[in-house]
Amino acid sequence: MLQGAGVGASALLLAACSSAPSAAPTAAVDRSEKQKSLRFDSRDTYRNTTGEDYPLLEKFTEASGISVTYSSAVSDDNVYYSKVKNQLKMGQDIGADASVLSDWMAARWIRLGYVQDLNLDRIPNLSDIRSRFALPDNDPRRSLSLPWRSGFTGIAWNKEELPEGLTSVSDLWDPSLSGKVGVMSAMRDTLGLIMLDAGVDIEGADWGDSEFTSAVNTLRAQVTGGQVRGIKGNQYKEDLKSGKTIAAIARAGDIMQINAEAGDKWGFAIPAKGGVLWSDVVVIPIGSTHRSNAEDFINFYYDPMNAVQVAAATNFISPVDIRQLEIDVLDEAVSSNRMVFPTPVTFETSRTFRTLSQGEEQRYGAQYQTVLLAA
Amino acid sequence: MAFSAFATGTAQEQAPRRKSKIALLLLLPGILYLMLFFLVPLVSLVITSFQAPVPYGDIGEFQTAFKWQNYVDVVNTYGEHILRSFGYAILATIFALLFSYPLAYFIGVKARRWPLLQNLMLVLVIAPFFISFLLRTLAWKSILSDESFVISGLKALSLMAPDAHFTGTAAAVVFGLTYNFIPFMTLPLYSNLQQLDTRLLEAGSDLYSTPSKTFFKVTVPLSMTGIVSGVLLTFIPAAGDYINASRDFLGGTGTAMIGNVIESNFLVTLNYPVAAALSIILMAVILVMVTVYVKRSGTEDLL
Repeated sequence: MLQGAGVGASALLLAACSSAPSAAPTAAVDRSEKQKSLRFDSRDTYRNTTGEDYPLLEKFTEASGISVTYSSAVSDDNVYYSKVKNQLKMGQDIGADASVLSDWMAARWIRLGYVQDLNLDRIPNLSDIRSRFALPDNDPRRSLSLPWRSGFTGIAWNKEELPEGLTSVSDLWDPSLSGKVGVMSAMRDTLGLIMLDAGVDIEGADWGDSEFTSAVNTLRAQVTGGQVRGIKGNQYKEDLKSGKTIAAIARAGDIMQINAEAGDKWGFAIPAKGGVLWSDVVVIPIGSTHRSNAEDFINFYYDPMNAVQVAAATNFISPVDIRQLEIDVLDEAVSSNRMVFPTPVTFETSRTFRTLSQGEEQRYGAQYQTVLLAA
Repeated sequence: MAFSAFATGTAQEQAPRRKSKIALLLLLPGILYLMLFFLVPLVSLVITSFQAPVPYGDIGEFQTAFKWQNYVDVVNTYGEHILRSFGYAILATIFALLFSYPLAYFIGVKARRWPLLQNLMLVLVIAPFFISFLLRTLAWKSILSDESFVISGLKALSLMAPDAHFTGTAAAVVFGLTYNFIPFMTLPLYSNLQQLDTRLLEAGSDLYSTPSKTFFKVTVPLSMTGIVSGVLLTFIPAAGDYINASRDFLGGTGTAMIGNVIESNFLVTLNYPVAAALSIILMAVILVMVTVYVKRSGTEDLL
């Protein structure tokens, strides 16, 4: 019996040790016609809610007959990926029919063949997509991922402490702010801004190891020199609120949130040399058996009238071109917020961090971690 | 291993000598459990630690190999983190022992006359377990933040420089480790001291021994199994802890412990061989340190 257990253990062991590449998995059979359900993994901040209700989700279910299970499972891309990667590799169901991921994580899933092709005929509202999001470098036909929410990363400051405000990333390194600067642990946001400050076009392909290393070294010097108080995930907002930091690399939506919570105390600006435009995208995992239901759901949220409501409720930039509706439907006080309702001119002030190759993703990720871990 | 310290009597002598099929059958679930959840992951970890990247493979793709250089690389890159982890764990264990011993002595010896007080104090020691480890650490983060009453008070009394911080420092991490593991030190000490025969202390006094001499010559040696158990239960998890030293809790970029490095390599950079090699090194060093410690403490039967 023990021998049998040993054999079983050996088999498990071999399975556990396998992290080598295998053939790309194939998409699961779509059962949407018979099963009117959808499991949607997203982020907590992306719900548009009224109290405890999900008005648009309920409206979608009424219109389509598809019941939606909304989960805030993707609070961290890396943790989410670690949970589902083995199932993805084998083409199995991950417990979600659609997942909202950062664009860089979606690029990895696309590269590894972990997402299903979208039937774009089922998403006619896609014709209203903003031109800025129409042709990303990791999905040239926009047939594997669709933008879901976006926003700007720039610089924020405490208006009482710094009434003059800040205009560039270099301002954060001023000795008068020593020990009072916060930066985000999200690599593309923080290093993207530092690279832009150094004159690098992060969206273009003409930069590489030396530009990235230079940005890493800039950040390392500020961290080891004590200029930077902390490199944090979402906690950077709390540091600003508590006064632990008075200036930070920050996302516009986060600053709007803390201003709403604790009074209008913080300013935000896209630096003169450019800000970072980040995006989260929705993908259909390879093992999903409800692809058509997910496409109907995406089409519903791409309806401009729905999209404008979502943008106003969540303070994230909609992927849908809703410029005329903003003016028609929303109060001017709301629609004039260019961090949520940007004009083409606003978009020109920011660049999107280009998709990294697999080699770059490994090297740059490891290099950035040496700053976070002081290694 | 450490829990054997709670046992009394000579267990070896009392063990039944006759082989029993029922006993073996009863043992089977335990053996299977250990094989499945300890042996298999351990061997898997060892194999992973020697893996090499797949040529032209994607992020997180490795193949079976015997790349022993992984160990050299991690020691060269993260040697400082390894030393820091054990340094913090040793300090936290010493502080936990210094706090816990008088507490356990009071509950287990002095408070014997007042069972209600004894039980109440035991509940207070165990009470933190009712709240999540993460929440307790987050609470301390608030209590020790710059704008908190504690830090503002220290600054007002000129005990801290106006621009000094506590969170994000090594002291904050050691404080957090000490606080979180104090119950693990106190309970085995209490369990041991509760059985202390106070007549031996009276005998020491009758023989003109000073209280301190009686304490070090009688009480401490008699409570050595409790001390060893508490030290092991505190030191081992403290060395591998990654919550207190995390940048989002009490630590900063300069306080990362080995657990944080493992987490980063496992979850973010997907460098599984490095994470596995670090885990093996952590385990091996703990095993060596614990063995030496237990041998030197004269409580080999714990092993």
